[in-house]
Amino acid sequence: MKGMTIIVKTVSSWIKVLVFLFGIYIILFGHLTPGGGFSGGVILAGSYVLLLLAFGREYAEENLPLPIASKLDCIAAFLFIALALLGFIYGAGFFFYNFLQQELMADCNAAGKLVSAGAIPLYNIFIGLKVAASLFLVVLVLSAFRSESDPTEGQE
Amino acid sequence: MSLNIPLPLFIALPLAVAFLLPLFGTKTRGFASFIAVLTTAALLVFSIFSFGRFEVYCVGRWTIPLGINLVLDGISALMLLTISIVSFAAILFSNRYMEQYTAKSKYLSLFLLMVTGMNGVVLSGDIFNLFVFLEIASIASYALVGFGCQHEELEAAFKYMVLGSVASMFVLFAVGVVYGNTGSLNMAVISKHVAENGLNTGLAFALALFIAGFGLKAALVPFHAWLPDAHPSAPAPISAMLSGVLIKALGIYSLSRIIFNVLGVSVPISWVLITLGLLSMVIGALLAIGQWDFKRLLAYSSISQIGYVMFGIGLAALILSKKGNPVWASLAMLGGLFHLMNHAVFKSLLFLTSGSIEMSTGTRQLKELGGLAEKLPITRSACTIASASIAGIPPFNGFWSKLILVIAAVQAGFYTLAAVTVFVSIVTLIMFLKVQRYVFLGELPENLKSVVEHRGLMAFAMIFLAVLCVLMGALVIYEPFRVVVLDNAVNALLDGLAYAGKVLNAQILNGQ
Repeated sequence: MKGMTIIVKTVSSWIKVLVFLFGIYIILFGHLTPGGGFSGGVILAGSYVLLLLAFGREYAEENLPLPIASKLDCIAAFLFIALALLGFIYGAGFFFYNFLQQELMADCNAAGKLVSAGAIPLYNIFIGLKVAASLFLVVLVLSAFRSESDPTEGQE
Repeated sequence: MSLNIPLPLFIALPLAVAFLLPLFGTKTRGFASFIAVLTTAALLVFSIFSFGRFEVYCVGRWTIPLGINLVLDGISALMLLTISIVSFAAILFSNRYMEQYTAKSKYLSLFLLMVTGMNGVVLSGDIFNLFVFLEIASIASYALVGFGCQHEELEAAFKYMVLGSVASMFVLFAVGVVYGNTGSLNMAVISKHVAENGLNTGLAFALALFIAGFGLKAALVPFHAWLPDAHPSAPAPISAMLSGVLIKALGIYSLSRIIFNVLGVSVPISWVLITLGLLSMVIGALLAIGQWDFKRLLAYSSISQIGYVMFGIGLAALILSKKGNPVWASLAMLGGLFHLMNHAVFKSLLFLTSGSIEMSTGTRQLKELGGLAEKLPITRSACTIASASIAGIPPFNGFWSKLILVIAAVQAGFYTLAAVTVFVSIVTLIMFLKVQRYVFLGELPENLKSVVEHRGLMAFAMIFLAVLCVLMGALVIYEPFRVVVLDNAVNALLDGLAYAGKVLNAQILNGQ
């Protein structure tokens, strides 16, 4: 896959940054506005899928190599569980206890601020990373299978 | 002697390890399997200590109508123990067996995800979480069935995935209908609602959807088409997990939990359960006899044995809803649940021996085998013990559970049903005599002269399960064991809608 025309390449190289930033915004403001880890993660993965479509698979893979994406996928999920397990230590022995809210951030309890809601933004960030990495991997693997089975590929 | 394990650990521990394992590369895969073995061993210890407890756990300290809760009662503890025993044996076995495949750490990760899903299903206190965990376990098992990536395996996995997704859709739809009719997803709250208002049309429709969905997961006869393809195609330890516990945790357990504790039993529903059980028993056994593929034969016999479990549970439901003698209801339930445990042990043992034979000889076609009794002594003894158990020969565990089922059926006055049970038991004996004859006795084919048995952990896993086959009779004979392990489970289901009161009260007691 060599990618698309110069027009598509130029436009998508401008847009990818905006899409990526928008994904980060959706994740970080997940506890205040509609959205959150999953939807933000999908948008993050979307920016990579845009790269993949416009510039070809090799280019996207150089940007986010497969082993790194796969490790990011596992580490983010592991951190999510670890954060939930921390509730045992800080939250009077309760799994998934939102310990930051009560124990460590008692005085900056202002609703509506970016740094609020205790551990929930952290959960959102981990889920966002996990979803972004795994969705990108899914698209990458699907495109790899397509290029192998495409009969016209070898003749070009 | 008590060790209060927080309930979420049963779910969080395998889940965390499952995400940690793929980080290990090929060089450190020995360490990865060591961690996996350690995890399942820890779960086994935890599940032994979970007996005799009744606990309601509010995740994140959110109490019942608001939050997610986990409930540990007798039946959950029994299922947890069964899952842990089989997964421990299967993971010991896969340590050597899975060296034949690549990507072992991914395999271990999927395996632990499946364990997570099953533990979640049996502990979950609300029906939507039950659905979520059911999907986790199912999706992991779809991937594991196709793990070999051969043509036949991928085809089986695809078929399994399509039917499994249909089942999940039925369950999800039923969950939606229940929510629409009761305004809650929590089992205890729904149960309370049903106890006060009875079943309306919507809930009855949801019950039918639940029976279809969980029936598909349990491979009861009209819904069984995926099982004989999926179970033989998976690697042997996975077949052991699928046949041993997956169909029970996802199918039988969920179905009986919903019917007994959430929506309540009634006479027509009990007859549906009994009919499904009898059909599975007879058709599964008759289809199994004609099979020449060892693992396919075992898969059909799983359908037949699941029929026994369903029959016991259905009989208990019938006696209960007809206001018959509660002693016989609990006896029938005891037989069903004990057979569930026994079947998990001996069927997974049979699948492990089939894996050992396949690994040594390279085939699982009965006609190509023969005379292996001296070549594979440990496999042979394990297989004989398991065959004797499944056919119901005393003193092995299968005998006791079948005996209890027959006694319960006779005492409750269902002589024909008892006769069918005995008949299927004879058919099972024929099918496993066939296995013994074609695999271990007779002429040793020329190309199998140099066969060697794989010892070590594989043999240890088989011996572990074989010893359990012999000793598990003690669960009914020795009273303290019976009270703690089986009677608690039986009572948990037979309490019916009183479940709601127990859960809601327990929550108030330890709710902060």
